[in-house]
Amino acid sequence: MSDLRELYQEVILDHTKHPRNFGALPHPTHRASGRNPLCGDQLVLTLEVAADRVRDARFAGKGCAISTASASLLTEAVKGKTTAEAHELFARFHRAVTAPAGDEPDSAGLGKLAALAGVREFPTRVKCASLAWHTLEAALAGASEPVSTE
Amino acid sequence: MTAPASHLPARPRLDAEALAREFPILARKIHGKPLVYLDSAASSQKPAAVIDAVSHYYRTSHSNVHRGVHTLAEEATAAYEAAREAVRSFVGAESAREIVFVRGTTEAINLVAQAWARPKLRPGEEVLITELEHHSNLVPWQMVCEQTGASLVVAPIDARGEVIAEEYARRLTPRTRVVAIAHVSNVLGTVNPVAEFAALAKRRGALVVVDGAQGVPHLPVDVRALGCDFYAFSGHKMYGPTGIGALYGRREILDAMDPWQGGGSMILNVTFAKTEFARAPERFEAGTPDISGAVGLHAAIDWLRALDLEAVHAHESDLLAYATERLGEIPGVRLIGTARERAGVISFVVGDVHAHDVGTILDGEGVAVRAGHHCAQPVMEHFDVPATTRASFAVHNTRADVDRLVAGVHRVLEIFG
Repeated sequence: MSDLRELYQEVILDHTKHPRNFGALPHPTHRASGRNPLCGDQLVLTLEVAADRVRDARFAGKGCAISTASASLLTEAVKGKTTAEAHELFARFHRAVTAPAGDEPDSAGLGKLAALAGVREFPTRVKCASLAWHTLEAALAGASEPVSTE
Repeated sequence: MTAPASHLPARPRLDAEALAREFPILARKIHGKPLVYLDSAASSQKPAAVIDAVSHYYRTSHSNVHRGVHTLAEEATAAYEAAREAVRSFVGAESAREIVFVRGTTEAINLVAQAWARPKLRPGEEVLITELEHHSNLVPWQMVCEQTGASLVVAPIDARGEVIAEEYARRLTPRTRVVAIAHVSNVLGTVNPVAEFAALAKRRGALVVVDGAQGVPHLPVDVRALGCDFYAFSGHKMYGPTGIGALYGRREILDAMDPWQGGGSMILNVTFAKTEFARAPERFEAGTPDISGAVGLHAAIDWLRALDLEAVHAHESDLLAYATERLGEIPGVRLIGTARERAGVISFVVGDVHAHDVGTILDGEGVAVRAGHHCAQPVMEHFDVPATTRASFAVHNTRADVDRLVAGVHRVLEIFG
């Protein structure tokens, strides 16, 4: 195992202890819930999308440090992005967290989200980092069923 | 003056360090550190005696059982039936015909729910369980209630994690057909007063089913002293292989039950018009059973009994008391489950750090624990926590293992500080 500090970086600990955009938007245009049955992690993501651009995003729920930080960072990252840019960001993020352990991750364009690339060394925790993103995809797709990482 | 040492009594005589050397896997290093295995309640590790028994069986005696007249078929059958006799003696049953081999506790409970309860339960009748049950002693009953129109009734636990005796007694009514309770809670370690609860249930004429998955590894079990009708357990939580377990059922009850699954081995005579079923236990063992698993379970029983179950219980109680004391001293650690009678496991939460983060950090220190809801979501709800970290003990654990756990928890606090 690489150093645990690789996983629990300052950015992640900061977002876990002080989640940004926590709560629910009063008038969301999009909403989805996600859960990780293995951990019991649950979150609800609400979005305000206008003219194909994410104007606002909030999340509520409970989970481990990785899933909470990931959701918090996601809400910051997608605000102001077009839906196409949000999908593209998810694709990049997904590649970074599922890259083979030991590989130098391609964190180009990820910004603060790069802090989560450390989970690639911890295969059991990749789902924690991905939950919010799968929920985002579901929200944008207008899914009515909760998404599950299983 | 030196700092006061632990006020706990001197350690009972069981040489855990020597026993640890009998488990090949415990020689492993995890992330460069010697493995401390504190997850036996999920699945215990196997001593060489068990691994070798399974290997020896396949190398020398394997064949199918209860058919064929050749030498190997006879040897395999003898080994399989010897395992049944070992289980009988282990749980104190009267007859080996009262022992049904199954895949594990879950299958055993489903067997009782489907083969005993499903044909008998009527709308308005009740199945009584407790709030601390593992999903395996909850979901099968919920399913059979759904199928029959019966109701599932739950006896609550208190803040310590003990089933409240008066509440349990109050829920026993003439409508109660089945009482299903854990011998030992897999999350809280609570030892339920099974004999007392069973006696009360019998007075109401209810069937008593005990989930013994966490009982057999830690406590001497005597099904007749407990007064239960069924006792279910798994081999893999008591040093045996995965895929094998046993269901004890009182003979007159088993004999009166219809089969659960049909197929080979469970018949006396088959025509297209009608099949006559074998008597118990064969009636409930359709298909080729897990023969090597039974052989491994037999070896595990012999190995465990050679240790003296009273000494095992004393040793593990010492570890539990020591862990309770050491973890309890750490600021921010909250113990979940403080029943007066406990065995085998200790659950806790570390401040508001999620159990999975605790588990990952402990793993980094070479300490294997379980983190999550432990297949007991209602228990998590009762204590208002999403998940807990659980350390569970086996005969090979020592106080030094607990010290490694405690050091790991300090590391968690350091990272999340």
